[in-house]
Amino acid sequence: MSLTALTKPWEAMSYGFLDGSAKRELRRKMLKSVAVPGCQMPYASREVPMARGWGTGGLQVSLTLVNPQTRVKVIDQGADDSVNAASIRRFIARVAGTPTTKDALDADLIQSRHRIPEEILREDQVLVLQVPNPEPLRPVQPNMSIARQMHADADYGRMWLQLYEQIVRSGRVMQGASYPSLVHGRHVMTPSPIPRWDVPKLHMAKHLTILSAGREKRIFAVPPFTRVEPLVFSDVPYKVEEHGALTCTRSGTTGFFMNEIPRDDGSSAFEVSDSEWGVKTIRARDGNGESRGETWYKDGEMPQ
Amino acid sequence: MTLTLDAPRIVETRPLLEVHGVSKSYGPVQAVRNVSAHAYPGEVLGIVGESGSGKSTLLRMMNLEEIPETGSYTLDLPDVSGNLFELDRFARRMLCATKIGIVYQNPHLGLLMKHSSSGNVAERLLVAGERSFATLRQAATEALDASEFPLDRLDAPPIELSGGMQQRVQLAKAIALEPALLLLDEPTTGLDVSVQALVLDTLKRLQQDRQITMVIVSHDLGVIRTLADRVMVMRRGEVVETGLADQIFQDPQHPYTQQLVHAKL
Ligand SMILES: Nc1ncnc2c1ncn2[C@@H]1O[C@H](COP(=O)(O)OP(=O)(O)OP(=O)(O)O)[C@@H](O)[C@H]1O
Ligand SMILES: [Mg+2]
Repeated sequence: MSLTALTKPWEAMSYGFLDGSAKRELRRKMLKSVAVPGCQMPYASREVPMARGWGTGGLQVSLTLVNPQTRVKVIDQGADDSVNAASIRRFIARVAGTPTTKDALDADLIQSRHRIPEEILREDQVLVLQVPNPEPLRPVQPNMSIARQMHADADYGRMWLQLYEQIVRSGRVMQGASYPSLVHGRHVMTPSPIPRWDVPKLHMAKHLTILSAGREKRIFAVPPFTRVEPLVFSDVPYKVEEHGALTCTRSGTTGFFMNEIPRDDGSSAFEVSDSEWGVKTIRARDGNGESRGETWYKDGEMPQ
Repeated sequence: MTLTLDAPRIVETRPLLEVHGVSKSYGPVQAVRNVSAHAYPGEVLGIVGESGSGKSTLLRMMNLEEIPETGSYTLDLPDVSGNLFELDRFARRMLCATKIGIVYQNPHLGLLMKHSSSGNVAERLLVAGERSFATLRQAATEALDASEFPLDRLDAPPIELSGGMQQRVQLAKAIALEPALLLLDEPTTGLDVSVQALVLDTLKRLQQDRQITMVIVSHDLGVIRTLADRVMVMRRGEVVETGLADQIFQDPQHPYTQQLVHAKL
């Protein structure tokens, strides 16, 4: 047997852009992070043709997970059509030949920045979240080696102290996005900058969530059916954003996370943040009987 | 009719704290050399000695912040056994949080300067697992009140407080979980004489009310005299003399102690 018989024919680029060893590294670290829910695993983050901070961590995970049949959906702040989401979606389709979709029910893999779709995800779906700052302890412990020790010891007193201070100063917890949450009763994670509205969707969810930070080179995961509990005092309940009663001016849907749009007269209009949910609602209203999936929130409330 | 009597017994109290043969050096500096100490339940052990004699180092070892090269450390408490220097980091942290309180010479070491004072105290309870906001607030207020901290400054950050108040916050934090052992490193140094007297008063009252075992370090003999039952004199990392407080002050044996006592008088 000759050496040429063993080597692969020359290609201009690997399938899915990343080379074999990069994908192996990511697969290994994904497995590790699934094995220890919520624990940050360092990984060798590669260069992708995108600036760090624009979702390179999520992109690397997506590129590793796709095959030519994977239907990919990419969202940015809930919208499928923002420039960043469109570019990432186009890039994945181009280097991996995957079909793309905007429908959360139709997708196999959803890469997202800042939001989780309003429709309930299934067992066979994977959600990839882009994370800018993976370390929940950073505000209380700037030294990262000590922070790792604190995670190892489950020493989260300082995180709780931060919440205590917020209640003392302002009468309520001020933390908005990336609300620190305890995963599987063990590791505190920052659930990327998703709003408080979305955090309960991770709790005992059927789908796998992988959170990846490309610049900080950390990956962590919430496996299916895993407890995700926001840190709250036993006598100060967890509150999501008060969007339950708001109505979308475009689609007329009520009870979902909204984007606020300021108007000239100083008042504001609201538009549903999950743009595809809005589109589906409009289609249903116009009688184009499209299937709308079951949503996590019902009548603006998350059922317990 | 026969009268049965119990067999005679010796009433035995075991020391709560026992440190045996500890040595610690920092590079060429031998900070503590073969020191042993003990304190009985409810007793106040005073440690005096000149600057650099290893008092703070010894206290840090008692708080398990520093592990010596040799020696052993035991606390006679329920659920605590063996040489504490051999505990792992996690067990050490839990033990320190729940059984030992410490007031540092420098408040910056013991307090989070930019958090609220009540938060500093509450942190102790949070580490121990308390998760009710109302309970935390209540317990923090009570501890601060017990250390005679002005309650209208409850949520002021220590950085904005006077030195005396900072020491009171440290003290409240140290006693919040009702520790079995209270370690005090120069709690009154840097305070003016009248404030010093007030803090000493608080300490004395706490000691009487709660019967906490205390180890107090000071180079000020007046402080030691006010509080301590027994005194240990250190010099260059070694213990030169120990004895009851009265004995040390009235009838010092070692030349260094004599010098110290006479210098004071
Ligand atoms: N972290 C450290 N690194 C290096 N040397 C140290 C350290 N801590 C203490 N030492 C040295 O150990 C010796 C004992 O210091 P220690 O702080 O225990 O003295 P002390 O009796 O508390 O003095 P003082 O009354 O001034 O507070 C000193 O020579 C000091 O320089
Ligand atoms: Mg000292």
